[in-house]
Amino acid sequence: MSTIAMPAPDAAIIARKPEIVAALAAALPSETVIFDPDETRAYECDALTAYRCTPLAVVLPRTTEEVAMAMRICHQMGVPVIPRGAGTSLAGGALPTADGVVIGTMRLREILEIDTANRFIRLQTGVTNLAVSAELEPEGFFYAPDPSSQLACTIAGNIAMNSGGAHCLKYGVTTNNLLGLRMVMSDGQIVDLGGPYLGASGLDILGLICGSEGQLGIVTEATLRILPRPEGARPMLIGFDDAETAGECVARIIRSGVLPVAIEYMDDVCLRAVESFAKAGYPDCAAVLIVEVEGSEAEIADQIERIRLIASELNPVEFRSSRNADESLAIWKGRKSAFGAMGRLGDYLCLDGTVPVSKLPYTLKRIGELSKEHGLEVANVFHAGDGNMHPLILFNANQPGDLERAEAFGSDILRLCVDVGGCLTGEHGVGIEKRDLMTKQYAPDDMAIQMEIKGALDPKWLLNPAKVFPLEVSKPYREAATK
Amino acid sequence: MNVQGEIRTVAPETEAELAEYVADCHGAGRKLRISGGSTRLRRSAAANTHLTTQKMDGIALYEPGELTLIARAGTPLEEIERQLAAEGQALAFEPMDHRVLLGSSGMPTIGGMVAANVSGPRRVQVGACRDYVLGVRFVDGRGRILKNGGRVMKNVTGMDLGKLLCGSYGTLGVLTEVALKTLPVAECQRTLVFENVSPRQAVEIFSAALATPFEVSGAAFHSGTAWVRIEGLSRQVDYRQERLVELLRDKSIEAIGDNESRILWRDLRDLRHFANSPGAIWRILVKSTDAPQVIEALGPLGGAASLDWGGGLLWYAGNSDAAAVRKAAAPGVATLVRPAAATSGPVFPAESKGVAELSAVLRRTFDPGGIMNPGLMEG
Ligand SMILES: Cc1cc2nc3c(=O)[nH]c(=O)nc-3n(C[C@H](O)[C@H](O)[C@H](O)COP(=O)(O)OP(=O)(O)OC[C@H]3O[C@@H](n4cnc5c(N)ncnc54)[C@H](O)[C@@H]3O)c2cc1C
Repeated sequence: MSTIAMPAPDAAIIARKPEIVAALAAALPSETVIFDPDETRAYECDALTAYRCTPLAVVLPRTTEEVAMAMRICHQMGVPVIPRGAGTSLAGGALPTADGVVIGTMRLREILEIDTANRFIRLQTGVTNLAVSAELEPEGFFYAPDPSSQLACTIAGNIAMNSGGAHCLKYGVTTNNLLGLRMVMSDGQIVDLGGPYLGASGLDILGLICGSEGQLGIVTEATLRILPRPEGARPMLIGFDDAETAGECVARIIRSGVLPVAIEYMDDVCLRAVESFAKAGYPDCAAVLIVEVEGSEAEIADQIERIRLIASELNPVEFRSSRNADESLAIWKGRKSAFGAMGRLGDYLCLDGTVPVSKLPYTLKRIGELSKEHGLEVANVFHAGDGNMHPLILFNANQPGDLERAEAFGSDILRLCVDVGGCLTGEHGVGIEKRDLMTKQYAPDDMAIQMEIKGALDPKWLLNPAKVFPLEVSKPYREAATK
Repeated sequence: MNVQGEIRTVAPETEAELAEYVADCHGAGRKLRISGGSTRLRRSAAANTHLTTQKMDGIALYEPGELTLIARAGTPLEEIERQLAAEGQALAFEPMDHRVLLGSSGMPTIGGMVAANVSGPRRVQVGACRDYVLGVRFVDGRGRILKNGGRVMKNVTGMDLGKLLCGSYGTLGVLTEVALKTLPVAECQRTLVFENVSPRQAVEIFSAALATPFEVSGAAFHSGTAWVRIEGLSRQVDYRQERLVELLRDKSIEAIGDNESRILWRDLRDLRHFANSPGAIWRILVKSTDAPQVIEALGPLGGAASLDWGGGLLWYAGNSDAAAVRKAAAPGVATLVRPAAATSGPVFPAESKGVAELSAVLRRTFDPGGIMNPGLMEG
């Protein structure tokens, strides 16, 4: 039914399941090893639900040492490993294989140290993103990267995917807020990188690990940079008659020196869906920007006024700034319910290619044309300040062939993103979803160096082996590694 | 290609020419000393050919509305800063000019800056050079031309090699082109000056100021004076100054404004205060609140110390031997920036066994023949 292939599982490994489970169970507390198919099925997919596979076994350790033990056993027995956080990946990054063991970090949930004088928090990586900021709230601090999935997703997954969020225009993504980590290598060795200080003296291996999609090691602890909470924040809503002008407004705001924390964009398809779902009172127009600024009351007023002046030169159909908490909620309401509203219209595929901000209007126009060619509707709602698009392709999963059409449309959009100078994925990662498009963005040598690094750190290619690189491209490496 | 003494200098004009040359060297096992503008004194002793990117210059793209700059590695930093300034923008991480401290000549290049991850006082608020690298092109130790990342702000497509190359001092590859994120220069800046404070008091001031939402963008200390910089829109700066002064009202505080403040931070950035001090210069990374204890431990060795990044970066000027400095610096880690006769010992701090193994395996992957600045980051 679906178009993304996974390699045939290794029957010899599957045949050794009793032996593998016995080795894991002998070395680890019994409640950490799950092997009954009724229970392992709960781990058959992540948020890319079109792809499912029940793993050989699941291990849910409570300490770094237990992770290392499980990893060492898999290494000795030549068993592939799928690291897993909360399983909210939209790219199939946590998709298991039938011959693989899932090592999940969701029980590694301890906060180890909060130090506001040095502005960091040290924790185990199974802690959810939102729990970090909740933990810091009494201290007046927060953790900046805020993926929309923050209630569920873990710091482990955030580090593996280098996740971003609405506020990363100002505060950066995960890699800009990561100071150190503890990691279990594919042979079970434990390594510490970085720490509660700024900068590295040797090679920036921390920067390599962040965003490596579980290909290089299992991250069990992290030291994160934390920031004092802003005094206040307030959004404004700006509506435009055409996409081009909205795009121009984004560029002018960015250039002006006012640094908003977020600039979000919604197109007409999305606006209509949101209106009928959430009744947010958005204008009926071609494009709406939601711009949020931070600071004290006076600072906010000053920034809103500057942005109002910039926008007014472009004749917006509407400019509305929030005057209080209720109005702020109302302005954000539609944006926050956008994915839910789109979900009511049917199934959707969520892409996340990034384009240069100046190419936004052209890209949107081309996406509209592609939508007609493929005969599928698309809505655009995204982080405009950094050009990170989120086209949502609507399709009907129950209609045979529809998913394939949606995927083909999606591939065309991502190729378009690369053609205008952008990339395949801004924050969701490659996983299996964009794996086969990597050749569009990278020349053979550009991928070879990445696979050589993978092979250097994980010589047996056991960690997430069938992801990120197109199968035919990684095949020689995978085969050489398992010989 | 000219010959200086026994060292031959090779200065390719194109990426293709450079790649071909490196491939030859890889084949012949010829070791290379790689540089941009040669403003750094430290060189790989094992190399007998000097390869410079100096002749590969020029800005390939600058889009102020996208905060994006792409430049060839040999482009002089001055040229880039001039172009950015014309649009009211800058490299937010404030790269230092090493010539002041090292007494070197030459012209700093953008490639050298990225290769050394050069980041100044504003790093405490906005991040380091590595946080602004959007994409790189480079030639690895086999002579392959490789690219990674791109020109957009958010990109998680494949592994992030830009970060790895940034700060690798040419030991993984020769950068040929870099794409960087730029930022608008703040409309206004001001610095609060605290006189007659101890290192401990200084770090207390920094920790308190950096725990506020007032976006302190500089926190440095030298010779009994602590400085706290605030930047932003003019109203913001007024407001932030007022609130910070109120918070730290038990201290005596003076404020200096735009021009004077800019000159002060340029001098702090370039370590002008140590330019004329004899002996070695050390750069010590440490947890901020440990910095005062490190300064105390360094005391018996003589010399002088200053702080940046709210205490997280400790500069030490002194003449002791390397082992003694490293012992005093612990738990911080010390890198030798300017050597002196008395300081024998490795330049880079020792790494844990696990990290050293990872580094070695990565070096072998990028440069199997060990020809790129061999030993530069080891001894
Ligand atoms: C509704 C929704 C909204 C979303 N919004 C955003 C958003 O705004 N921004 C954004 O960036 N993403 C977003 N995502 C994507 C997703 O939430 C992120 O990628 C998240 O970081 C994944 O975290 P997780 O804990 O669920 O990881 P998982 O899905 O379990 O795993 C993700 C990847 O990390 C690897 N991994 C997991 N644990 C480890 C470990 N300990 N060590 C090494 N590798 C590991 C896995 O193998 C996999 O490749 C969204 C997803 C959903 C469903």
